[in-house]
Amino acid sequence: MTTTRRDFLTSAVTASGAAVTSGHAHAQDHTHDHGHDHQVVPSDPALRVTALESLLVEKGLVDRAALDALIDTYENKVGPRNGARVVAQAWSDSAFKQRLLTNSDAAIAELGYGGLQGEHMVVVENTAKVHNLVVCTLCSCYPWPVLGLPPVWYKSAAYRSRSVIDPRGVLREFGLELAADVEVRVWDSTAEVRYLVLPERPAGTEKMNEAELAALVTRDAMVGVAKVASPQEGGPA
Amino acid sequence: MNGVHDMGGMHGMGPIQPEKNEPVFHGKWEGRSFAITRAMGAWGKWNLDATRFQREQISPLDYFRMSYYERWMVALVELMLKNGMVTPAELESGKADPGMVKQHSPLTAQKVPILVSKGVPARRDVPVAASFQAGQRVRARNINPVGHTRLPRYARGRAGIVDRDHGVFLFPDTNALFLGEKPQHVYSVCFAARELWGEQAAPQDSVYLDLWDDYLEPA
Repeated sequence: MTTTRRDFLTSAVTASGAAVTSGHAHAQDHTHDHGHDHQVVPSDPALRVTALESLLVEKGLVDRAALDALIDTYENKVGPRNGARVVAQAWSDSAFKQRLLTNSDAAIAELGYGGLQGEHMVVVENTAKVHNLVVCTLCSCYPWPVLGLPPVWYKSAAYRSRSVIDPRGVLREFGLELAADVEVRVWDSTAEVRYLVLPERPAGTEKMNEAELAALVTRDAMVGVAKVASPQEGGPA
Repeated sequence: MNGVHDMGGMHGMGPIQPEKNEPVFHGKWEGRSFAITRAMGAWGKWNLDATRFQREQISPLDYFRMSYYERWMVALVELMLKNGMVTPAELESGKADPGMVKQHSPLTAQKVPILVSKGVPARRDVPVAASFQAGQRVRARNINPVGHTRLPRYARGRAGIVDRDHGVFLFPDTNALFLGEKPQHVYSVCFAARELWGEQAAPQDSVYLDLWDDYLEPA
């Protein structure tokens, strides 16, 4: 392919009388710095996608109710709270933790999680001496059943390019300075295995139950770009 | 292919910019793009590897200019055109060809929970011998295929240790081109950071990649 068909349905969108804005018009509340893969995009992709959906519905190629159900699943049902439950259980139950680290799929399935983009999962454990970090340098592979869909930064060129060559610099940008004697293990998700980091259980949580523990666990800690903060430090960062 | 998607180790991409309280989708169109892509995949006319390869073929300047879901949409349009599911005229007008026969999507709302919970496993339960075993020293082959591959450039020619055998999976390089699944073992291979990046890396750090048998040779 020598060209990219970026302009699909432009005529249809224009003919429908919709205002097609060009270039990179930004939403008013989009105030952060540029130069990254930001996704507050001009309105024309939005109009084109609407036109494409109409065409595909008219042809019977997609079912609008199925689209709604997919969006609802990943907006409301599947997300990092699932992974946080897995982590909290591992912190509370050493037998479960052993199963989680040796046969991750089966242990995660005990909590009812698994499936799309997490058909094969591996959990790696952070300790005082080992810090794990997950990336997909080639695209955006991420353990959907336990973390939901990836955030923009995970899919960005900056994270994909730098995590493997400069993981300590990346972690520093997330506010995590690792001691020189800690071993960093970066997991590049090049195949259909999806990785989840089991963070260290923070101090001061000895009396907490699983629900309280799960509330401390952040998405970033399960990707490996953060630690779980102790409740004395103010809870989830 | 040696495309811009293969980003590991590149410089100049700027700082990482996490967004506070980031929504799952930025605007309705991102969610629609995500869902349309999944729903069209359910026809079985292509596979995940072919979809990735299609996105990799977006010209480099456009790849960087576009946002994530714009790339998804552009690749989807190409796949639908190649498979005759939409016509150029339909993409021009936005209206279905009057002569078309209306289809019935295989992905209904009732089937969405099944797709989500079962997924589309890439593991294959077939007896294939493993060429390597945990603890063995291996080298990633120095290959430069023009098609789809999951062997990043930064690991080619580098030596590492097999950490574990994940079992047998379909092979993306052939699957993306509809040349068969060619099931084979996938291993997690541990490369010392210094083997990949030289003396600038910390001596105890490492990078693990999941690599297929065909990507590896004894070292």
